Amino acid sequence: MAFIEVKNLSHIYNADTEREHRAVDRVSLSIEAGEFVAILGTNGSGKSTLAKHFNGLLLPTSGEVRVAGFDTRDEEELWQARQQVGMVFQNPDNQLIAAVVEDDIAFGPENLGVPPDEIRKRVHEALELVGMTHFRKFAPHLLSGGQKQRIAIAGALAMHTRALVLDEPTAMLDPAGREEVLQVVKRLHEEQGITVIYITHFMEEAAVADRTIVMEAGRIVADDEPRQIFAQAARMRELGLDVPVPALLAERLRRQGVKLPQAIMTQSELVRALSEIYGKVEG
Amino acid sequence: MLSDITIGQYFPGNTMLHRLDPRVKIILLIAFLVEVFAFTSWRAYAVLSALTVAMIVVSRVPFGMLMKSLKPLWWIIAFTFVIHIFSTPGEELCHIWLFSLTLEGVLQGLLICLRLVLLILMSSLLTFTTSPLELTDAVECLLSPFRRFGVPAHELAMMMTIALRFVPTLIEETDRIMKAQRSRGANFTTGSIKSRLQNLVPVLVPLFLSAFRRADELALAMEARCYRGGVGRTRMKQLRVTSLDYVVALCFAGLTVGLIVLVRV
Repeated sequence: MAFIEVKNLSHIYNADTEREHRAVDRVSLSIEAGEFVAILGTNGSGKSTLAKHFNGLLLPTSGEVRVAGFDTRDEEELWQARQQVGMVFQNPDNQLIAAVVEDDIAFGPENLGVPPDEIRKRVHEALELVGMTHFRKFAPHLLSGGQKQRIAIAGALAMHTRALVLDEPTAMLDPAGREEVLQVVKRLHEEQGITVIYITHFMEEAAVADRTIVMEAGRIVADDEPRQIFAQAARMRELGLDVPVPALLAERLRRQGVKLPQAIMTQSELVRALSEIYGKVEG
Repeated sequence: MLSDITIGQYFPGNTMLHRLDPRVKIILLIAFLVEVFAFTSWRAYAVLSALTVAMIVVSRVPFGMLMKSLKPLWWIIAFTFVIHIFSTPGEELCHIWLFSLTLEGVLQGLLICLRLVLLILMSSLLTFTTSPLELTDAVECLLSPFRRFGVPAHELAMMMTIALRFVPTLIEETDRIMKAQRSRGANFTTGSIKSRLQNLVPVLVPLFLSAFRRADELALAMEARCYRGGVGRTRMKQLRVTSLDYVVALCFAGLTVGLIVLVRV
């Protein structure tokens, strides 16, 4: 059985009122332990709503979600499921609880009733994993956005979660902070084998994933390797996604008859492919 | 401008006062405050003042910082003094219009002011030598016996923790909103009090809206981290009463007994 199993999940906000809104519409999917999945979609595509089901912050209107075999609809099992999946939100300011970094990271294990010495050990390890040991005693408001997100990640790791759900963690960061967070997530996935579910509307961020799911109006419209998704650059743009310029350019050239390979994501890949066709360009 | 506001004026250090258990500190502070109000003799005040000065020296908190904590209450102290020198009956020193200044009044006024100053200095010493987290933990612990009477000890401490975390964030935000409104021509510094207050409305409305949104998101983040209230929680930093605490408490008790004897003699 897969680590996360979603069966025929629908979620309706404000059910039976005028403002009824079906945010997730009969979605089924399974995510294996150790996968790095990017979920792409524009605002209102239902990607955040879907993500909040992965640790039971939202419960299905219909259908079911199982995390490591635990059914989120059952209150005791929900508690178990939530320990398996840590969550990082968009706004770095609104998810840190304590006035000192190390106390904030301790918050999760404290809630689980972990003994004090073990908490101290976990806080230390978690800080090390995100490379923030030096900032142990800092107040969160003195940190940059990227650093705050790394603390939020450490807070989840200290609970010994097996999966991280990151809900647009870089949407409010500058490019440097965005890169910083993405690198930490990538490293945790590679070195610690943590399952990552990365929600974003930046298509280039999806490139680091093993698998990309594209959502539109509450449904999954594509579920494939990032390279295959990038090959359909124009369609992704129609769906309102930020398509990287090299991918878009490659597709246009392809349509003009240039024989470029299907999967081009970065500028250097495009340059290489073009110079193979036309020979090395001077300078 | 708003960055001048300090909440939680912790002055880090490793002195005896810093190492005391915060619960012991709070209890001793309360006992001290009671003594300040209970005793009326000058001799007792001399001893209590000496104790305060000694604590200030031990804490190594810069004197200037302590004086700053007196500053906002300066007017209250001065006002109390003036009221007392004119309203106490006794030997008249001089007469100003309808009021007479008396010797007893001056003495009484000085005594009351000394009381206030001692009270503020010792309370500030507590916040200077105790980190906010230790303080909230101590409050939670000291209130927990009252839980059976419906005092939400854990919830109060959690509120304090979150407030301490968000005060700087909200101050930053207020600054930002004020700048934004100023760039649109709002004026917060001149004009009548009424118009200035009116100009604050466009600051407060977005500030409150954003505070509510923050609260919503924070609640979600806390839930995601398995927060279920105080039941079954452990703490990374546990409070421990050490021999130092016993020694200090005993010394204070001895001092109190000595004071009572001194006053009776």
